[in-house]
Amino acid sequence: MGKLYNFKRSLWVFHASGGSCNGCDIEIIAALTPRYDAERFGIKLVGSPRHADVLLVTGAIPRDFADKLRRIYEQMPDPKAVVVVGNCGTTGGVFYDSYNLVGPIDEIIPVDVYVPGCPPRPEAIIDGVVKAWLKIEKLEKQLEGKE
Amino acid sequence: MGKTQYYIPVGPIHPALKEPIRVEVEVEGEKIVKVDVKRGFAHRGIEYMGMKRNAIQSLYLAERICGICSISHPYAFVLGSEKALGIEAPPRAQYIRPIIAELERIHSHILWLGVIAHEMGFDSLLFWTWKGREKVLDLLELLTGNRINYSVFMIGGVRRDIKESQIKAIKDTIDFYRTFTEEMKNVFLSDPIYKARSRGVAQLSKEMALKLNVCGPVARAAGLRMDIRQDNPYDAYADIGVKAIVPQDIVGEAKGDAYDITLVRLYEIEQSLDIIEFCVENMPEGKIMAIPNYVVLLSRIKKKAGESIGMHEAPRGEVVHYLKYDGTRDGPAVWKVVAPSYNNINTWGSLLLGAEVADIPIVVAYIDPCLCCNDRIAVVKNRDGRVIDYSLIHKKAIEKTMRVKRELGVRE
Repeated sequence: MGKLYNFKRSLWVFHASGGSCNGCDIEIIAALTPRYDAERFGIKLVGSPRHADVLLVTGAIPRDFADKLRRIYEQMPDPKAVVVVGNCGTTGGVFYDSYNLVGPIDEIIPVDVYVPGCPPRPEAIIDGVVKAWLKIEKLEKQLEGKE
Repeated sequence: MGKTQYYIPVGPIHPALKEPIRVEVEVEGEKIVKVDVKRGFAHRGIEYMGMKRNAIQSLYLAERICGICSISHPYAFVLGSEKALGIEAPPRAQYIRPIIAELERIHSHILWLGVIAHEMGFDSLLFWTWKGREKVLDLLELLTGNRINYSVFMIGGVRRDIKESQIKAIKDTIDFYRTFTEEMKNVFLSDPIYKARSRGVAQLSKEMALKLNVCGPVARAAGLRMDIRQDNPYDAYADIGVKAIVPQDIVGEAKGDAYDITLVRLYEIEQSLDIIEFCVENMPEGKIMAIPNYVVLLSRIKKKAGESIGMHEAPRGEVVHYLKYDGTRDGPAVWKVVAPSYNNINTWGSLLLGAEVADIPIVVAYIDPCLCCNDRIAVVKNRDGRVIDYSLIHKKAIEKTMRVKRELGVRE
């Protein structure tokens, strides 16, 4: 992992669950609890997308939910990154031929990091968030350059 | 006089909810005067997909109905399929299945205890209970190869045997949870703050519980002795003689509130430990699969016709799967899933009415809602906002079939 210079604050994460089966969702919570303890790196789940840096999306997205996900993405301030957790958000997974799901998540919002697995282990989720962190680091540098 | 009633929409995405559902309440001061629950944000059409795939593929789909009950749905599916197809699992498999199912119950109940503590604003307790929960996930990983979604059940048996070396790990875990449950009982049941936040909150009387058709720990907390493992035993549960855990047996009376349901869930963890211990000690030797070859199994399924209902007592209540095989294809012709949260969410309307705003998270969380389990149907509305009912869809389907037949020139 490269050194973090530009992003000089804790990384706040917002979690949006679409048509998820809960498997990935509980692994995300498990990543925050003492065994894995993501909070020691300053990674924290927050309640609103308006002050989040990273958006975690789990599950395949039902038709009803697509516009809500787009709105969450638009509410997040720049620089931002999106991490898709789990197989069904990445490719459709076992739900590939459902009538009520609108494709993989990258057809709805731009995605930066994919964490495959059904469900991925908490270590993999933390690794995905760290990858998103590096991306935000780059974006922050570009923003500083513009100013 | 100004406006006194305010409208608060909660969801579908909300920090208090882990899954998408919408609760709309109207409040007057602190009091809730009107409640509406809108569900269906997590509908994936699993039953429809299952009816197009073969039975083994549908089993994996059943597992992904819910990630927390990822044994309960396959359990009901295999029980229903075995009854419909006339296959019987070998005795050893019938003892391995309850071990995995009860381990899942332990992890699900501890998960709920953490969540309810979090909803009360008691986050240190959430972290402590979830730290204890990791141990059972480790054991499940050792036995099945995965922390969640175990893929260990199969029609006519189980896919993995429990080896002699693993039995020691199971016994160690049982010992750990005996002491951990005692500690949890101390923290949850004798803590004055927990008692103040949960006593009398979300109180469901026995009559109300019967009227609203609740099931699982919610019904047992209200004093109803119902448990599928007791009323309709299957596999090794028939040898064990499980008794439903109700608060009147433990403290003398059942109030049916959030405190009682905590009591029921804590004692059910101990019951699960007893069941696992019994199964490990009395496990017979022998095969673990009735038909080990999947190709043979699928061809057997293709030749058999029959219908049946499979039931299992999930951590949240009863899971019921209806399956029909018609003898023409190797998968279910009809598959219908009924999940426990579907019944239990009915309590929200009557419990929230008259409650305070601060009680919303506890009322919502106390049944342990699992929305991915219960969103089994999508309601379709036409352009005027009218709901399209079944007869109209059926009529349209016939019209379309006729049209397609005409276009293709099919002669009958």
